[in-house]
Amino acid sequence: MMKLADIVEKLKLSVEAAAGKLDAEVENGYVSDMLSDVIANSRKGDLWLTLQVHENTVAVATLKELAGIVIIGGKQPADQTREKAEKEGVPLLASDLSAYELAGRLYNLGVGRKG
Amino acid sequence: MSLCVFKADLHLHTCLSPCGELEMTPMKIVERCRREKLDTVAVSDHNSAKNVAGVSAAAGDEGPRILAGMEVSTAEEVHILALFDRAAEVLTLQDTVYNHLLPGRNDDELFGMQVVANENDEVEYFEYRLLIGGTTLTVEEVVGHIHALNGLAVASHVDRGSYSLISQLGFIPEGLALDALEVSPRGDLEEVKKLPGAADFPLIRSSDAHRLDDIGRVWTEWTVAEMTTAEMRLALKNQEGRKVVSRMKTA
Repeated sequence: MMKLADIVEKLKLSVEAAAGKLDAEVENGYVSDMLSDVIANSRKGDLWLTLQVHENTVAVATLKELAGIVIIGGKQPADQTREKAEKEGVPLLASDLSAYELAGRLYNLGVGRKG
Repeated sequence: MSLCVFKADLHLHTCLSPCGELEMTPMKIVERCRREKLDTVAVSDHNSAKNVAGVSAAAGDEGPRILAGMEVSTAEEVHILALFDRAAEVLTLQDTVYNHLLPGRNDDELFGMQVVANENDEVEYFEYRLLIGGTTLTVEEVVGHIHALNGLAVASHVDRGSYSLISQLGFIPEGLALDALEVSPRGDLEEVKKLPGAADFPLIRSSDAHRLDDIGRVWTEWTVAEMTTAEMRLALKNQEGRKVVSRMKTA
């Protein structure tokens, strides 16, 4: 397990909303762009990597008690998404890296690595 | 104005959609719709409306009435059906969609041919924009553009596991001003009503036909004075005696 704040620093993620909520423990990672899949298969404490920037992502992260959302590929979250994340206290982060590369780096940091 | 019941299938693809069969030509579509006794159908190809004219001309005065439609792919990869009274309206939407299409050229071998055909089933030309790709327009933007042109905005096949509002965005976004949700031929109406946020919306059923044999499997019956978007909007709201009922063929 690793603190979200450490991941933000090590992977140079930009913090788009809920900067005060970075003390969450990240237990694992999840990569998906279909929100129905995230609802069905993500787990509490996952850091979620996605290219979706719609505000529904915040509700899904809240519902599933995810550690945070990382928008990948240099995309900008929609304004409503940023506002909602701030209001709900869901860390909203962003990276210029692709989902593949970012997931690899997270794994190398030990996030979700078994044994 | 007295009310009548109209049998309608408001989601048909033609040979312009890369995934549509080449048999989906204007004359053949019209012939099949007449055989299935459909009063009104919508031509709704992926991100283009260039076969609305051909099918409308093939239907002529004899019918069926052709609504000018398009199935727009949003940035979230949600499919939204746009339905209009007039070709001019859908062609205005087409300008916006074309300006926001993801770049690329269609590959006939990989995705299928995109044929623009006339009312005699002759090839006019091939469309080479990448219609199978998405646009950079968000669902909210697409619904906004449709309404600005007086059209109806319907979330396509919400029961399906791909390219639907529910698959891509998990639930119906708060405040999204959809006029209806579409249920696909295999979808269960009662299950759809239970989807998150769906209870507030009227449901219609359409074939989403990509080949001739798909036409007429399911339909929606509209009790309205005439099949215009204004009347249909009343029916979807269950106002002034107007209403909609979904139907399907029983085997």
